[in-house]
Amino acid sequence: MTKGKIVGLEGSFAVAEAVRMANVDVISAYPITPQTHIVERLAEMIADGELDAEFICVESEHSAMSACVGASAAGARVFTCSASQGLELMHEVLYIPSSMRLPVVAVTANRALSAPLSVWCDHSDAMAIRDIGWIQIFAENNQQAFDLTVCAYRIAEDKEVLFPAMVHIDGFYLSHVIEGVMLPDEEEVAHFIPDYEHPFVLDPEDPVSMGCYGPPFIYPEAKKAQEVDFTNTKPKIQETWDEFGETFGRYYSPVEKYKMEDANIALLTMGSSGETAMLAVDEMREEGRDVGLIRLRLWRPFPFKEFRDAVKDVELLVVLDRAISFGMGGPVCSEVKSALYDKRKDLSIVGFIGGLGGRDIPIDGFKYMVNRALEKVKMIERGEEIETEMIGIRE
Amino acid sequence: MSSEKKGWKDIEIGCVVTEPGSAASYKTGDWRSERPVRDNTKCIKCGICYIYCPDAAINEDEEGYFEADLYYCKGCGVCAHECPRGVITMVEEEEEEGEK
Repeated sequence: MTKGKIVGLEGSFAVAEAVRMANVDVISAYPITPQTHIVERLAEMIADGELDAEFICVESEHSAMSACVGASAAGARVFTCSASQGLELMHEVLYIPSSMRLPVVAVTANRALSAPLSVWCDHSDAMAIRDIGWIQIFAENNQQAFDLTVCAYRIAEDKEVLFPAMVHIDGFYLSHVIEGVMLPDEEEVAHFIPDYEHPFVLDPEDPVSMGCYGPPFIYPEAKKAQEVDFTNTKPKIQETWDEFGETFGRYYSPVEKYKMEDANIALLTMGSSGETAMLAVDEMREEGRDVGLIRLRLWRPFPFKEFRDAVKDVELLVVLDRAISFGMGGPVCSEVKSALYDKRKDLSIVGFIGGLGGRDIPIDGFKYMVNRALEKVKMIERGEEIETEMIGIRE
Repeated sequence: MSSEKKGWKDIEIGCVVTEPGSAASYKTGDWRSERPVRDNTKCIKCGICYIYCPDAAINEDEEGYFEADLYYCKGCGVCAHECPRGVITMVEEEEEEGEK
């Protein structure tokens, strides 16, 4: 069994510990609630000599990601983090490491977007960056915030991957809540994420040009290569998580199942609400109901096969979205439906939107969704049109 | 240019360009809709066209006259505008037959 100790840490500090143990070279970030504690803790670590890294202070998130791109192109191991409006200000630059194949690692403390101004959690920021070629991983608790950040370096820097990776931790639910976190032995972590060498680095002795002009004769080929390589990262992600499990005793997979044996109804969540949903499933199971839970750990690249396998025996899938695609419903629900299109005509999928802007979803909220979904299935069978329902909204 | 026929599997990771100075092989002359035509009988070899050309696409020949390299000349017309002697006229590129 691995060495280590359990320490009470808020999610932000758990991330900072992971970044410290990853022995990063460069950090550039701009503080924004609820991500601030991550940056503060890392700045403190550098000031106190606990981490030998360059902290590049910048005037915006746009510059933070730009600094990370430059440092990563020079071969450095880098870190940044943001949330909400900050991630949106960074948005333009987020495309660069994914297309230049730089293994930047970032953490987002998920937060709603204005207006009205909200500093509280939902997944709007994560959904706004789903199409840009970053590996997106959702943590459910503080232990996962640590573990998955460590794994993100190993995944991103793998020679067969070389894509940026983002770990999503729910703002406040994880970033500000203290939980017991098993911190492994530092040397074991260092061994798990060894130094890496990118095939191309900015080096005056061996010059290359990065991010060049791509006229129509080459741009589509560049995107094809990016898409194929990005999709092909999936086995490497699983392989890394398996090896992490063998080393540290905690196993992860792109689609994680809870009490899914013999379940006819499945809830689907991403992020911290999976923990509440598990309690709801426990209670419903005690009531004799055949309900299970599926948590999407990996959002991009989308784990089609694992997802289809997870729902293969299910008759009703109840999807929770913590974001809205205005005019379209919940983004997770739409994607889940498209992943099953032509594959499962016999599966009913009912989506709900909830937990926006930090509104809690209690255990009863998940029970409501299951009961309401069963009603909606009957409505669909009667040929009635159903819309995506936002739960817990006052009339 | 050399990378023109590369398939997607042959592109370097991240579309990195490993060949130094490869921008020189990019034919910006394709952008041109008008070409500069010179009447060297009026030319005083002052070199203003050479200095003003934003693409450094004008070269001096052995006799000291200046000529645009049409592989790079985008036909912007700056040379014609700046020439103090009216040596340069911008003439519309003829369309290929059948294009009309």
